[in-house]
Amino acid sequence: MSEPVTLGERVAREPMLVVKDLEVSYGAIKALRGISLTVGQGEVVALIGANGAGKTSTLRAVSGMVTPAKGTVTLRGENVTGVKAHQMVPRGMAHAPEGRGIFPNLTVQENLDLGAYLRRDTQGIADDAKRCFSLFPRLQERREQLAGTLSGGEQQMLAISRSLMSRPKLLLLDEPSLGLAPQVTQTIFRILREVNAEGMSILLVEQNAHLALELANWAYVLETGDIVMQGTGKALLASEEIRKAYLGE
Amino acid sequence: MYELIQHLINGLASGTIYALVALGYTMVYGVLKLINFAHGDVMMVGVYVGYAVAFTLGKEHLGSVWSALLIFAVAMSACAALGFLIERFAYRPLRDKPRLTALITAIGISFAISYGFQFDVHGTIGGHELTLLPGAAARRFPEIIRPTQWLVLGDDDVIIWNWQVISFGIALSLMGALQYLVFRTRFGKAMRAVSHDHRVAALMGIPVDTIIAFTFMLGSALAAGAGILYAIKDKSIQPLMGVMVGLKAFVAAVIGGIGNLPGAVVGALLLGLCEEAVVGYGATALIPLLVLFLGVVAFEQWRRGGDRSKQVAVAGAQLTALLGFGWLIRNVNGSTWRDAVAFGFLIVVLLARPEGLFGRVQAEKV
Amino acid sequence: MKSLLPVGIAMLVLGLLQLLLGGSPYVVYLSLLVGVNVILAVSLNIVNGLTGQFSIGHAGFMAVGAYLSAALSLTLKDYKVGFLPGAVSDQLFFIVSLLAGGTGAALCGFLVGLPSLRLKGDYLAIVTLGFGEIILVALRNTEGLGGALGLSGTPQYTSFFMVWFWVFLVVLFARRLLASPHGRSLVAIREDEVAAESMGVDTTAYKVRAFVVSSFFAGVAGALFSHFQSIITPGDSFSFVKSMEIVVMVVAGGLGSTTGAVIAAVVLTLLPEGMRALFISLGGDNAALAQSIDQLRKPIFGLLLVLMMLTRPQGLFGTHEVWDLLKRKKGATA
Repeated sequence: MSEPVTLGERVAREPMLVVKDLEVSYGAIKALRGISLTVGQGEVVALIGANGAGKTSTLRAVSGMVTPAKGTVTLRGENVTGVKAHQMVPRGMAHAPEGRGIFPNLTVQENLDLGAYLRRDTQGIADDAKRCFSLFPRLQERREQLAGTLSGGEQQMLAISRSLMSRPKLLLLDEPSLGLAPQVTQTIFRILREVNAEGMSILLVEQNAHLALELANWAYVLETGDIVMQGTGKALLASEEIRKAYLGE
Repeated sequence: MYELIQHLINGLASGTIYALVALGYTMVYGVLKLINFAHGDVMMVGVYVGYAVAFTLGKEHLGSVWSALLIFAVAMSACAALGFLIERFAYRPLRDKPRLTALITAIGISFAISYGFQFDVHGTIGGHELTLLPGAAARRFPEIIRPTQWLVLGDDDVIIWNWQVISFGIALSLMGALQYLVFRTRFGKAMRAVSHDHRVAALMGIPVDTIIAFTFMLGSALAAGAGILYAIKDKSIQPLMGVMVGLKAFVAAVIGGIGNLPGAVVGALLLGLCEEAVVGYGATALIPLLVLFLGVVAFEQWRRGGDRSKQVAVAGAQLTALLGFGWLIRNVNGSTWRDAVAFGFLIVVLLARPEGLFGRVQAEKV
Repeated sequence: MKSLLPVGIAMLVLGLLQLLLGGSPYVVYLSLLVGVNVILAVSLNIVNGLTGQFSIGHAGFMAVGAYLSAALSLTLKDYKVGFLPGAVSDQLFFIVSLLAGGTGAALCGFLVGLPSLRLKGDYLAIVTLGFGEIILVALRNTEGLGGALGLSGTPQYTSFFMVWFWVFLVVLFARRLLASPHGRSLVAIREDEVAAESMGVDTTAYKVRAFVVSSFFAGVAGALFSHFQSIITPGDSFSFVKSMEIVVMVVAGGLGSTTGAVIAAVVLTLLPEGMRALFISLGGDNAALAQSIDQLRKPIFGLLLVLMMLTRPQGLFGTHEVWDLLKRKKGATA
């Protein structure tokens, strides 16, 4: 495996998440062939790539939804390889999965409560819910409605709000713009910028390379289970190759 | 008139017992999407544990509230443990396998338990006669609640027994408690989340394995309680008793819309009443009920709109089938057909309204 | 007529075997039991294995065939076709009642198959189970058919040749079916019902047809069964336990594998019979043990199912046939 091409200089930060030589297989199919990446504290890191490149598998292996075949995942200095998904939440990780994964038969409020499942501070939970409602006022109006009745954009807002409810240090987001109107996408990315400014680290998987690279401090390009390129968001946006392959220019 | 009241009461009494078993079925189905075929057999095990406790206590100690509570408590905890083991070692390894695999496993466990209990295994340890497995013969369940007449109407025309009232009370309060647990508590929220998608639920920090295991234990404990109530009513117990009760409870859960707690209770009460109607008045007693049911279904379909001629054809076919059915069973002697009621009921419900009375139609995920 | 050639060969071989076995009634009896179970397993495999539906009421269809044909034979017992020798006439009537039993069961299969219009997996399983139970209740309460005591006195027409000719027919049918467009549609339904439907397979029609065919053979198996048993009772011969036995055979052989079903049926029928015979022949003291072996069969079937699902859910052969595996081995060594 060759070293990925690197564009631009990375600002050195304390590591939040370190992934080393991660391999994931589904039966005979290798989805990841040993990738390494880091997310610094307070950083937004984007993973871009085509369908089937292994972006979702990376997130799943990091958050413990699948057990990696090889490699290590280190979260805030602790080796968490193979730790079950539900034990990642108390360690400060939240994962908003592919396809939003909201609970359609529960109300908006109940979905948010589940996001804070492990927390016991009633007051803090109420405050955080209020904050989510101030970020996404549409959710407040629909608070007692079943989540399944929300529009796609509202469901995505709910999915993000729900992951914020556990007060994570690191947020994993899988395709937050999928199937949404451009305006809604804009809103969501504005909010992501906002929570990042407050210090939350974000690992973002995104098809919309343009939006992702604009937001990201650092980005990795995945191709068939390998990282082929990395660099600052700006540098990648400017790169000829990226523009051709992912930005459709 | 008195006869009708007596039948109503008997029907409700057996219905409440089905309801308790059905609640366990429906809860487990809710979190695992698995028909736990072994549920009725777990109930049977609970009855035998209760029998063993009663036997150990001795006749002179039975009849008091405390001994009854002890019997219930031991039987329910034993079944909770059994439920835990079944879930842990048989169902958990298959959770992400095709559903058929788990279903076959469930049938296998049901078989192993019910027929395994037909062995007569006993011996003497330290001078004590010890029975490990009871053998196939039916046994008489001791009177752990002294039967007294709670209410008598007319000239002994209607008798309501104290145990009937007690079962009814227990069933209703347990149903209320479950409803509270599922819809008002943090645990219930987690249960509902697991029910929808256990992978996403884990991402919320919900310990999915624990929730499922606990649900299983709860359902199994309920079954044990129901089993003892059933044994009090029937007075005779045998290793295959769980199979039929379990199946009927499952039917009740499906009638109410599987996964729906109040639905399971209503379905079970309906089933109890229908069985009693057949026993009392013969199978033709069900015809008015069927007409009503099919009428409601037809009306609903009419309201939903769509192809009118097709609807008329379907309604006509249903009516014809019903008349044919009525003609077939016009001379049927009631009580021997009791066990067929549940399955006939099931087939009618599944044909006319597969989501059950209170179930919601959910689109198949592709 | 190329397709008739195997039929001719089979008839010849079976006829010879019949002559050879004539002297040992116990072997013949066992072979009849085995043959009936093979027919049941292979026919259930058409629904459970090929189509991916899950029926657990196969004994119900068997019961329909058994009782219908037995009743018919009892009525026709005293009639003869004048110009034929008695034995030939009897066999002719026997074939008629076999077909009648099969058709009756097929009709029930149609009625049970209809709910599979709407139901999937576990619900369908329950409906078939319910059907089996209703049949039992009905039989127990029908005085004309002997009620709970059972029906006895059915003429003993069943021969080795007849049973194994039907085994041959059902295996041939299953093989031909799998190779036909019909069979491929059934497999498509098993693999992915939604995809099959979107490719234009009328899934409902195919499922119902599979049910009808499978029940027909189960009915024939029941009819063959009732004509070599001195008595048939609703409790023993056709209970839920019997249905489960057939399911175990199909699952053990590998859902979808015809040869797997055949082998599993043979082994699982002979094993308890053989063990019982062994214990009885070892001496009188072991008669009780022999009886408990019979009892052990049921919980062991249950545990077998569980263990199999946990360790090898695809069964002995998966969806393959024996010769597929042989071929693969040859390919590997070459």
